[in-house]
Amino acid sequence: MKDAGFIFGSYIVTLGAILMFAVATLRRAKDSSQSVDEKDKTWL
Amino acid sequence: MSQVLQRTSATGTRATKVIGALAILVMAWVVVSGLVLTPQDVVQGESVRIMYVHVPSAWIAYLAFIFTAVASASWLISKKHSMGFDRFAGASAEVGVMFMAITLITGSLWGRLTWGEFWQWDPRLTTTAFLFVTYVGYLAVRRLEGSVEQRARRSAVVAMLAVLEIPLVHFSVVLWRSLHQGATVLNPNGDVKMDDLMLFTLFSGVVGFTLVFVWLVLHRQRTMLLVDVANRQGLDAAIAARKIEGSVN
Amino acid sequence: MKSDSSTRVSRGKVVTAVFLKDIQIELRSRVVTNQVLPFAGLVMVMFAFALDNDDVLQRVAGGLVWLATLFSLFIIVQRSFAIDTADGALDSLRVAGIDLSAVFFGKAIALAIKLIALEIVLICGAVLLYRVDVSATGLVLLVTCVICATSGLAFVGTLYGGLTAGAKGRETLLPLLLLPVVAPVLIAATRATEAAFGSGGAQTSEGWAWIGLLAVFAAVFGVGGSLAFGSLIDE
Repeated sequence: MKDAGFIFGSYIVTLGAILMFAVATLRRAKDSSQSVDEKDKTWL
Repeated sequence: MSQVLQRTSATGTRATKVIGALAILVMAWVVVSGLVLTPQDVVQGESVRIMYVHVPSAWIAYLAFIFTAVASASWLISKKHSMGFDRFAGASAEVGVMFMAITLITGSLWGRLTWGEFWQWDPRLTTTAFLFVTYVGYLAVRRLEGSVEQRARRSAVVAMLAVLEIPLVHFSVVLWRSLHQGATVLNPNGDVKMDDLMLFTLFSGVVGFTLVFVWLVLHRQRTMLLVDVANRQGLDAAIAARKIEGSVN
Repeated sequence: MKSDSSTRVSRGKVVTAVFLKDIQIELRSRVVTNQVLPFAGLVMVMFAFALDNDDVLQRVAGGLVWLATLFSLFIIVQRSFAIDTADGALDSLRVAGIDLSAVFFGKAIALAIKLIALEIVLICGAVLLYRVDVSATGLVLLVTCVICATSGLAFVGTLYGGLTAGAKGRETLLPLLLLPVVAPVLIAATRATEAAFGSGGAQTSEGWAWIGLLAVFAAVFGVGGSLAFGSLIDE
């Protein structure tokens, strides 16, 4: 069952990459959020 | 995950929370259905399960680059040169590069199982790889030093040049391969006989990945705005400090 | 940015002036002849070491000529724009309200002349080192291929050189941006050159289809470059 490693691997790569991107984005947002005025945050 | 979503309200709104929750639900269904519920394929066997993440990420990657090109063109054409277009183009390209990397990795894992090789010099694969490298270059151009306007102008032009480049690359690779061998491109997608559950899983994959894409791009472009504003404020503060310094002396 | 039409220098004059300036810099500094040419020749010798087989070398000679040309292209483009940005020459041209697409063509023609000189030496090198033969009909194909491929390379080289000019880390950024774009030129020019060399039993007639691709490439990036170059240099 060597296929299993490849199949699980592709799911782990996919979900892992998405999760890492999401966490990195949220963290960067948090870091620069404090110094930015609320009125500049057009989405609020 | 939900805890992270709740606590960081920096770029989140009610809408993004709903999209995020939906994305997690659909993705969970895709994983369960793709790995457990769906049967194996008659031709491909178990390796068909990779398709449930590979095809949607390829779809999103191409979609992202189309969005980048359209947003860049809009930035160039619009009289106001609204920075929103630029941030959307950049965010979409970043997410697109990530999904293109996922596509290439899952695709070569699938190829190893099905063809026995990680890579085939097939025009579609080669063009995809070139698209990936081109947009890695695009992101590098965005990181060049300079003002936000310079970044927008440079990257918009590079995105437009990519639109010229990719068809030329694709055409030349097609011509190159067709001379070597009578286009014996393995087209496995056509061989697959999918039952209803398999098709539904693939469809859910497309929906789930699209939701993930929307969530990521929304957060990423807002983060970009925050970083731009923070940088500008930092620069203003530094200039003000130098001015005070100058007036004291 | 718009200046009076009466004070405006004609496009042709700008193209010639920029072209002559770049060629004159080369004639005085001799960077291409004294540094880039020996480098490209060395690359050809290194290929022979790496492949270590007369038959293989003869078979792939066309590709090696064009690879060595691409490597040299990066160096020449960087050098050409480093001189322009160091003295702020591009900025003063921009401030003077000069038609930047004329600057683009002037620089591209100068780059093309340097590349053609380089390619002639490399092809002679391939004939000597890799023992390839060129027939009379092959020579016609080869000359056409060199002209078409070089025009394309000169246009994209100038375009992306202008983009990365003055930016930090341009030495590494330029190849990253340029290599994917010139891939069609590498494919098409290599096939056409192999047809001209008759490598692997290729017929000369097979090469002409690739010339069409090279011409389309040059036309697309000639037009695209003249439109985009201004806004890349512009602040």
